[in-house]
Amino acid sequence: MSTQEYRLPDYSEHPAYAKKYPAPAAGGPPAFFPEKISRDDAAHLDALEAQSVFLIREAYHHFKNICMPWSMGKDSNVLIWLSLKAFCGHIPYPLLHIDTTYEFPEMLDYREWAVRNYGLDLIVKINEEARAGTGEYAERGPIGYDTADPVTVTHELKTAALQQVMAKHQWSALVTGIRRDEDATRAKERYFSPRNKDFEWDYKDQPPEFWNQFTTSCAAGEHVRVQALLDWSERDIWLYIQREGIPIPSMYFARTAPDGKRYRFRSLGCWPITGAVESEADTIDKIIDELATTKTSERAGRAQDHHERNAMQKLRAKGFM
Amino acid sequence: MSSSSLSQATSVRIAPGQTSRLRVVFVGHVDHGKSTLIGRIFFDTNSLPEGKVDQIRKACEAEGMEFEYAFLLDALLEEQEQNITIDTTQIQFRTEKRPYVIIDAPGHKEFLKNMITGAASADAAVLLIAANEGVQEQSRRHGYLLSLLGIQQVVVAVNKMDLVDFSQEVFEQVQKEYKAFLSQIGVEARAFVPISARNGVNVASRTVDATAKNPMPWYEGPTVLSMLDTFDPPAPLVQMPLRFPVQDVYRFDQRRIIAGRIESGTLRVGDTLVFSPNNKTSVVASIENWSGPAKSEAMAGESVAITLSEQIFVQRGHVAAREDAAPIESNRFKARLFWMGKRNLEQRRPYRLKLATQELDAEIVSIEQIIDASTLETVSSTSRDYIAKNDVAEVTIQTRGALVMDNHDRNPFMGRFVIVDDRQVAGGGIIHGGIYADRAKIKSANIYWSEGVVLPKNRALRNGHRGSVVWLTGLSGAGKSALAREVERELFNGGRQVYVLDGDNIRHGLNSNLGFAPEDRVENIRRVAEVACLMADAGLIVITAFISPYRQDRRRAREIVLEGGHDFVEAFVDAPIEVCEKRDVKGLYSRARSGEITEFTGISAPYETPDNPEIVLQTDRETLQESVARVLEFVIPRIGIGGEDDVSI
Repeated sequence: MSTQEYRLPDYSEHPAYAKKYPAPAAGGPPAFFPEKISRDDAAHLDALEAQSVFLIREAYHHFKNICMPWSMGKDSNVLIWLSLKAFCGHIPYPLLHIDTTYEFPEMLDYREWAVRNYGLDLIVKINEEARAGTGEYAERGPIGYDTADPVTVTHELKTAALQQVMAKHQWSALVTGIRRDEDATRAKERYFSPRNKDFEWDYKDQPPEFWNQFTTSCAAGEHVRVQALLDWSERDIWLYIQREGIPIPSMYFARTAPDGKRYRFRSLGCWPITGAVESEADTIDKIIDELATTKTSERAGRAQDHHERNAMQKLRAKGFM
Repeated sequence: MSSSSLSQATSVRIAPGQTSRLRVVFVGHVDHGKSTLIGRIFFDTNSLPEGKVDQIRKACEAEGMEFEYAFLLDALLEEQEQNITIDTTQIQFRTEKRPYVIIDAPGHKEFLKNMITGAASADAAVLLIAANEGVQEQSRRHGYLLSLLGIQQVVVAVNKMDLVDFSQEVFEQVQKEYKAFLSQIGVEARAFVPISARNGVNVASRTVDATAKNPMPWYEGPTVLSMLDTFDPPAPLVQMPLRFPVQDVYRFDQRRIIAGRIESGTLRVGDTLVFSPNNKTSVVASIENWSGPAKSEAMAGESVAITLSEQIFVQRGHVAAREDAAPIESNRFKARLFWMGKRNLEQRRPYRLKLATQELDAEIVSIEQIIDASTLETVSSTSRDYIAKNDVAEVTIQTRGALVMDNHDRNPFMGRFVIVDDRQVAGGGIIHGGIYADRAKIKSANIYWSEGVVLPKNRALRNGHRGSVVWLTGLSGAGKSALAREVERELFNGGRQVYVLDGDNIRHGLNSNLGFAPEDRVENIRRVAEVACLMADAGLIVITAFISPYRQDRRRAREIVLEGGHDFVEAFVDAPIEVCEKRDVKGLYSRARSGEITEFTGISAPYETPDNPEIVLQTDRETLQESVARVLEFVIPRIGIGGEDDVSI
């Protein structure tokens, strides 16, 4: 079937849309297909693209057993695009989606569409035992937003799930879409960032990294995160999506709520804890203009970051990306 | 792909100045106020998210601390506790002139490696000295390293002027002392600016926040921000000679694609490229562009994928250039290097050296000079044969195999390298005296020595590869010997231990008592297999070039080698008998046809085609270079080693 023929079912009754942001129109497209527009940032975006492609190729050369986590968000779709550019239309490694089971339903449609569109080799991982409260979770019972706080849920359904799937596949490198401007903690990252067996990131004793020479080997059981988007800003990501016409989930764009106001998501996560922000931006152009004036941080709508002081740091210390 | 994403790109509004961001590194002694200055710059240029200042203010109140601008950056809890910056952060701000990427590099001695990480990519530097403490050891060391890294656009901010009552005398004393130091190391600061970062004086404006008064009317020079606006963006690399280090070679869609980043110069379809160090030439057939129309030209800075019109052997580490402006190829050169490894850098010990995409074993053959970065005093190289952490030294380095490079002042990308110790980048250096090849043997003393029995692992570590047998089989005249010799040459030039076994060196000695009768042929192959296995055991890559016509013999050869614990690759050199007979290099076919030679394979004796060879080479349809490339592409990844604890060796 043509990927253009993919149509969304009716999600109007789904609890994920019970708050401000309304469900998509039934029968609508599975993605937002941007019109290609180049603003005058060509040289800057070219430089970012060249560095990212270089990093992705370095990762693939040094670590053949490699995987690219894919959240389906804007950054990770840019990663797919850059991989396709790096390998002339191929992606020579699997993608990994850590499914918390709290995905917005249309995101799963987007996933399905993208797998077919790009011919992705996708691994979907759910921490089934945590959700069901079986196995090592038998004593604690099922983990979910109805039973635990957001930091705990994020840890169990994302980080623990990642650890489980890493243990199975023994990947020695993960290509990530972390950006320095996302969070002050992330400003300290290296392009090639080793983590030990316990997923600990020793930021105090990171290997030096300069002249495009990286930490390109690791001991058994360790892995390296290759952070191919480290230099990009949120604005760069949008400018690039617009320039290249990269299809992305339509939840980044404003929809009119029953209260008459319009809302969009700036960052996408689990539906129980991800809030929409009031916005008129229903095109990429408007989003870029909005970024020029906004002073709220990108992850402001993500509850797990703000649950307690230094929540992000605690999540990172436990192996969160 | 969606139809809309394929539509024509259109151009809209222009965001001014986006193209020329300047990367500025902030360095200075611990507690001299870098983070405060950076926090202050963010505040003054209105570059912070709304509520961030209030949030930090509240957090400070909750902890009973006084608000500091440094907290805007020192986001990590642990850092706040220690009140020192730990690692390089890269964040952006913007003046009216242009955007900046700010690199905060720590001043603490232990964090030198983090400073290098940040400073190495900078276009300009702000060096901080606290007026109340004056020039410290770290101030000198940082000045020296900036000069070593080639950063010449430096502004010195003399901070904490409020603590010395904004004294002109104190400022001029610091300026005099540090200027003298910088001139010794060939750095000239573009400006010395007296500032008080916490009060915002001479950061963006000349006045104190609270009073709106200028506490230093005696100073008439630029502020820190106005000084930064005068600096130049990085020099364009497009005009330099082409340097295209090969990052990888892919085989996609039946095509060999050469991937890498153009570090300098330009590359066009139709250009003849010479690949160093093997000096093969080929012509650029295409520059790939997955998401758009094919390109005819690519320039410095671009990550590209190209195809060549003639398939030559190219691998990661090779550097493409134009024939009239090729880089230096040498195994010996002079360099200035800095060391930050936990262990000392020792002479006559092998390390991994990385330059662009090349990676080779290298050792320090002599230390000309060791320089203490703070005093700039020279430590005698006769009294010390190692380079300690944080030292800077002049050395001569020898690599195992040819290194492709340029002197740093000619091409920075090909003129700098790093040294790896214990998996981590532990040092960096700049090449300033490329010397042409010295064929003196590398002294083997203490290189990869073994503590007990010499194991295959020890040999593999020394050689950089495992022992292996590549078994060529095929009719007489199929091209086995020519292929074997060419593959041998390529592997040898790549620094590998390799040897060819063929009729010339086996028939006349070891097997001189054997003829061509079936039982003799069997014994011939058995002996070759045993010898190949022994040689693989000794660590060599052995290429055998024998007709070896019987499947069963080849199977036994494989068993012998595998039992010996070595890799076995069967390569079928496949050319039709008519082609071989037509070639008839040695005139054997005509002698066989006339009956002069009996039991000649293909004429009067059978040749059993391999069932499942690892490689098939159709020498009548591909060039020798193509066949060589295919053998090397298959064999090299199989014999590589991962490192000291690679369990497969």
